Amino acid sequence: MDLFETFFNLEVLQQSWPMLIKGLWLTLKLGIASIIAGLVLGLFLCLLRLYSVAPVRFLTRCYINVFRSIPLLVLLIIVYYALPFVGIRLSSFASAMAALTLVSGAYTAEIFRAGIEAVPKGQFEAAAALGLSPRQTMADVILPQSVRIVIPPLTNNSINVIKDTALASVVAMPDLLKQATQAQALAANPTPLIGAAAIYLAFLLPAVLLVGQLENRMNRGKS
Amino acid sequence: MTGYISIRNLHKYYGPFHALTGIDLDIAEGEVVCVVGPSGSGKSTLIRCINMLEPFSEDSEILVDGVRVKPGANLAKVRTEVGMVFQSFNLFPHLTVRENIMLAPRRVRRTRKSEASAEADRLLARVGLTDHADKYPSGLSGGQQQRVAIARALAMEPRALLFDEPTSALDPEMVGEVLDVMRDLARSGVTMIVVTHEMGFARQVADRVIFMDGGAVVESGDPADIFAAPKEARTRDFLQAVLDH
Ligand SMILES: Nc1ncnc2c1ncn2[C@@H]1O[C@H](COP(=O)(O)OP(=O)(O)OP(=O)(O)O)[C@@H](O)[C@H]1O
Ligand SMILES: [Mg+2]
Repeated sequence: MDLFETFFNLEVLQQSWPMLIKGLWLTLKLGIASIIAGLVLGLFLCLLRLYSVAPVRFLTRCYINVFRSIPLLVLLIIVYYALPFVGIRLSSFASAMAALTLVSGAYTAEIFRAGIEAVPKGQFEAAAALGLSPRQTMADVILPQSVRIVIPPLTNNSINVIKDTALASVVAMPDLLKQATQAQALAANPTPLIGAAAIYLAFLLPAVLLVGQLENRMNRGKS
Repeated sequence: MTGYISIRNLHKYYGPFHALTGIDLDIAEGEVVCVVGPSGSGKSTLIRCINMLEPFSEDSEILVDGVRVKPGANLAKVRTEVGMVFQSFNLFPHLTVRENIMLAPRRVRRTRKSEASAEADRLLARVGLTDHADKYPSGLSGGQQQRVAIARALAMEPRALLFDEPTSALDPEMVGEVLDVMRDLARSGVTMIVVTHEMGFARQVADRVIFMDGGAVVESGDPADIFAAPKEARTRDFLQAVLDH
């Protein structure tokens, strides 16, 4: 049997292409929605973690540590298969988005915290001495400086979120991976899986290279 | 007599460490006061209590123009009235020179953009930096950055200015340009409290010199008297050490 015919069968690829594209669309929707929700959650958690009263700070730290420790797949299966027992029934998309967001939010909170703590104390003091409120200090002085610091690690985290969307196929969400496995079953040929892998790479490899460049540029700016 | 800035029984603790041990001080409107003393004597701590960058003991009292310095609306008012210039400039690196100066008037006073921009340009002219408005702080020398920091503080039209060793981080050849701007300010009638090691500046410009040691005011008075005939041995030793080298 011809290896090329098996793994790179153009005819099979052509037939399965519409399914793959449908799956890709869903993967991107899930990934982007989770990234954005995770950013919002992460910023919120980070501000609680740094500036709220002690008990809330403690609870926020607990949340962040728990959700950085739990395997995403375990969390996803709990959300999808266990929550219905207490009457919470989420669709496969909502379950996947919830799990991805909860975890991404925890990582994002830590990234933002590092970004805020990297801004020198004198910046807070100069803003305070000018009469800016804590909220104005954050919005106009601290966060704009933090953003530059956090862009590489945030991009990294976003790549991880997109990669982890593939786990949603476990709860029967027809994402890129799920479509590919179905197309493979239909065609009795693994080419759609190779196609899916190529599509993941086409999106994520440039992002990985971009992060590398950003990190290099940051390091050069430092010295 | 109570001054424009009035400090009563000021105590400050860093944990168990007693950094200010009960300071009483009155500063009149328009007065220029230089604070001198050895490292660790509490000079920075003293002026940072006035705008409450450092919190201080509950039973201490600081009044600025009759307003008690305490968290909340009072502090917001005091901070718009009292500007501060730091040893390390602390300009906002992501904003241009003009934006650095405009930020506080825009946000705190809600000044219109065109107005704030025109005022920024006037202030830049006053500190001799007309051509640098659109640069970022990183593109300026230390002396220029400190002059921008002074302009930024002036943009809130403060009645008092606190300086914490404004020339200590500068290369020697840039000290003069900053002191010139400060000398100008002193003549303009703004109240100034200047922590400095520049004894020449203190002698020429100050209305009063305060010598601190160990978290307390040891001696204060007319610069001519303090420099010519210090009463306290600790003041004498300090001045000798500073003026000798
Ligand atoms: N954040 C802090 N935590 C603990 N101790 C502090 C802190 N800041 C200042 N101190 C201590 O308080 C004392 C007074 O410090 P301060 O900075 O006011 O001195 P200074 O007179 O300004 O000295 P210098 O001339 O070195 O600037 C010093 O002994 C210092 O070690
Ligand atoms: Mg000091």
